[in-house]
Amino acid sequence: MSKINSEYFIKRANKLYEVVIGLEVHAQVISESKLFSTSSTKFGAEPNTQVSLVDAAFPGMLPVINEFCIKQAIKTGIGLKAQINKFSVFDRKNYFYADLPQGYQISQFKDPIVGEGKVILDMPNGQKEIGIERLHLEQDAGKSIHDLDPRNTFVDLNRSGVALMEIVSKPDLRSPDEVNVYIKKLRSIMRYLGTCDGNMQEGSLRADVNVSVRLKGTQEYGTRCEIKNVNSIKFMQMAIEFEANRQVNLIEEGKNIDQETRLFDTKKNETRSMRSKEDAHDYRYFPDPDLLPLEVSDEYISKIKTEIPELPDEKKKRFIDKFKLTPYEATIMVSDIETSKFFEETIKSSDIKLATNWIIGELFSVLNEKNLDITQSPVSAKNLSKLINLIKDGTISGKIGKTIFELMMDGDKDPQKIVEEKSLKQESDPKALEKIVQQVIDKNKDKAKEYKAGKEKLFGFFVGQVMKESRGKANPQLVNQILKKKL
Amino acid sequence: MTEITKQTLSDLVENIKKKKVSSTEVTKAFIERSKKSKKLNTYITENFNAALDKAKKFDEKPNLDLKLPGIPIAVKDLFCTKNVRTTAGSKILNNFIPTYESTVTKNIWNEGGILLGKLNCDEFAMGSSNETSFFGNVQNPISQNLVPGGSSGGSASALAAQLTPVTIGTDTGGSIRQPASFTGTVGLKPTYGSCSRYGIVAFASSLDQAGPMSQNVKDCALLYEVISSYDKKDSTSIDFKRNNYSQKLTKDIKGKKIGVPKEYRVDNMPKEIDELWQKGIKCIKNCGAEIIEISLPHTSYALPTYYIVAPAEASSNLARYDGVKYGFRAEGKNLIEMYEKTRSEGFGEEVQRRIMIGTYVLSSGYYDAYYLKAQKVRKLIKNDFDEAYKKVDAILTPSTPSSAFKIGEKNNDPVSMYLNDIFTVPVNLAGLPGISIPAGHDSQGYPLGLQIIGKSFDEQNIINIAYSMEEKIEFKNNIKDWWIG
Repeated sequence: MSKINSEYFIKRANKLYEVVIGLEVHAQVISESKLFSTSSTKFGAEPNTQVSLVDAAFPGMLPVINEFCIKQAIKTGIGLKAQINKFSVFDRKNYFYADLPQGYQISQFKDPIVGEGKVILDMPNGQKEIGIERLHLEQDAGKSIHDLDPRNTFVDLNRSGVALMEIVSKPDLRSPDEVNVYIKKLRSIMRYLGTCDGNMQEGSLRADVNVSVRLKGTQEYGTRCEIKNVNSIKFMQMAIEFEANRQVNLIEEGKNIDQETRLFDTKKNETRSMRSKEDAHDYRYFPDPDLLPLEVSDEYISKIKTEIPELPDEKKKRFIDKFKLTPYEATIMVSDIETSKFFEETIKSSDIKLATNWIIGELFSVLNEKNLDITQSPVSAKNLSKLINLIKDGTISGKIGKTIFELMMDGDKDPQKIVEEKSLKQESDPKALEKIVQQVIDKNKDKAKEYKAGKEKLFGFFVGQVMKESRGKANPQLVNQILKKKL
Repeated sequence: MTEITKQTLSDLVENIKKKKVSSTEVTKAFIERSKKSKKLNTYITENFNAALDKAKKFDEKPNLDLKLPGIPIAVKDLFCTKNVRTTAGSKILNNFIPTYESTVTKNIWNEGGILLGKLNCDEFAMGSSNETSFFGNVQNPISQNLVPGGSSGGSASALAAQLTPVTIGTDTGGSIRQPASFTGTVGLKPTYGSCSRYGIVAFASSLDQAGPMSQNVKDCALLYEVISSYDKKDSTSIDFKRNNYSQKLTKDIKGKKIGVPKEYRVDNMPKEIDELWQKGIKCIKNCGAEIIEISLPHTSYALPTYYIVAPAEASSNLARYDGVKYGFRAEGKNLIEMYEKTRSEGFGEEVQRRIMIGTYVLSSGYYDAYYLKAQKVRKLIKNDFDEAYKKVDAILTPSTPSSAFKIGEKNNDPVSMYLNDIFTVPVNLAGLPGISIPAGHDSQGYPLGLQIIGKSFDEQNIINIAYSMEEKIEFKNNIKDWWIG
């Protein structure tokens, strides 16, 4: 795949700056229990109700690996077309904080479970490959709550010990748009695999964003700054935009960029220095002596491979090859596993082309407008396919179809029933239509004369009048034929 | 019948099973003697009332099929005991009462044992004389103002003074074998992975092992078979076939090959120690085993390696004692100040020293030179033993380079204190089992121990060798109850 060029540059005088972005995405693993304990991971429970002695780091408590989380990480690695490391090591990352009960986070440092992989982005001007550096497993920390009391901080350990996958990209991203597509693609892959629900509101997916800038055409990377813990795509894009401009301004002013960790202030829309390189933590990583190195066999990996569902890239290819979707349509249909399921369910018994247009057109605009997920669609795939069949076989016109679609949204009504109840069936009886056409011509004799005299534009007027007379039910094709004959 | 507290564990078990004595009588006897022995300062927390209640309950419905039927046992205060305060000898856990039980102690209670109390130890098991305990020095019953060794000093002292029929300790670098040697008792450090670490306050995770301490080898075998178990709650626990060690006990060690490593003949080793070693060699030969000179070339690197690996792990293991969740907290203006005050006031000097050493050797820029290199040397030390075990079945060494010393004698010289572990530390680094048995006395009449080191999971073999030697050596502990009355 050729690396396409991004159109995103920051302009200053006669110079163009390129923005270089790498992401460290923290994705919460879908698992009933935590990475090293049996406590529940369910979101939204009362504070400190899902905390075991291990999670709260009581004396003498020991971590025991949750094999399911290992499997989930390997699955994700396969989804990222990455190297699965048969030997990996859990390390301790040591630092003090009130919501880190052990005084260290169990993570993977030198030997992660997943190595290099890639993610393909569909950009408007072509495909782009983003390299994955690694994926490793680690524990989440607890939550410090600073705003409940003016003097005290409260700690909720429900999240403490929940399994996270840290997915580190190579510095291959070049614009806020690419970051948007990358995160969505990553999320889509993990949702297909069932390894992360990607719910950013609940914090299941968040990212540290590394940003640097360089003059267009240069090979060397600039000094990067890391923006910590950004929890929405919109904020990531805003943070990148601000940070890249800040760095360019510094360069333009002849100043140095300090390698540092920064925070994004969502209210002020700016990044702020959190700590400089000199103040950076020394995490004193070393292999956790409570855990043996993790070894997985080829057989184990092969077995997991058999459980991998069809992923977006493969599905897209199939949709194009088999269903003759355009790449644009296919990209939309596979962007989310639920959308693809809806699509495939719909076309089981209806016309593919029509179904594609209806889903991308009517259905999506309704979902957007109502801010709904496709799983919450007011119209089921089954009833949508019925509607499409009614249009396809000429029972109703496309226009009436839209009216019926509106009505269907009230409790996922069967379109067939609506047609019957509201007598919306298309009039395709030539005799009945001829009658209506004749009436319209008789009423508008002057215009008929003009048409015959060569004012062909008036044809549309007659069609409109016939449709009006038939309250929209007339079969448009037949109307055309009859009108042409009679006029 | 001999006075109850003078009986061995095996005798007590037999007498209870034969209903010659009740659990209540036994428990009372040890409680009474313990109460008269406060000068030794062996107990941090007494559990006497609860123990008596349990003993009475046991007697009401005695289950005589158990291995430790109604036997009262005091344990090192590093084992978490449900609803009984567990301090690890530290101020920082002064008020800590666990809601859970360590696997090792649970195994003891499941076989009928009754918790008598929690025994003094060096703070977080860091020490070789029991002088780092927040709860004060422990006296060695052998002689006044003599250290009992450490870190399981309270355990060794209570055992030698017959305040408990047997006890358990933990051994990270010699913390069972050295105090056993200093008090004329038997102590076994099992193979790493044999006894679960679940519920034991961690010092250095890759080295820590719990083990039995007893008056004789037979008792040691019995208690070992009770405490050793595979435990899924400890990822480093190993699922190997465990024996009924006390039943497979034999004095027949004819034809066994016993290695004597030349590198253990260290500079400035007291003549008495060398003589003790020669005595052991002779004894082995008398038992019909063969002595073979072997080499463990990396021995001299063991101590420095240990004093990098152990503090490194400890510095991280002890990070959880931060005043946030449990244990001692000193108030501060903010989080950092609270941490600093809590940990400065809550930890003693030796613990702070080791946290600093550990933090240093793990810090970036020093990690490769210290921690990583130490891990490599550790592998070499293990390889030394693997090579030696191609030729021999077990290895005989002295347990310690000297006998017990006076309280305060080595307080200002941590390095000389660390040298105490010179013969025991390589065994921990290699994860092997080692047993110390009393084998003689020095010129002052203080006990001296010999160590038998085995192959991994070959506890039965070293217990048998110890059993055979014990009979020939006929060691008698010379304890005069100087602290009573």
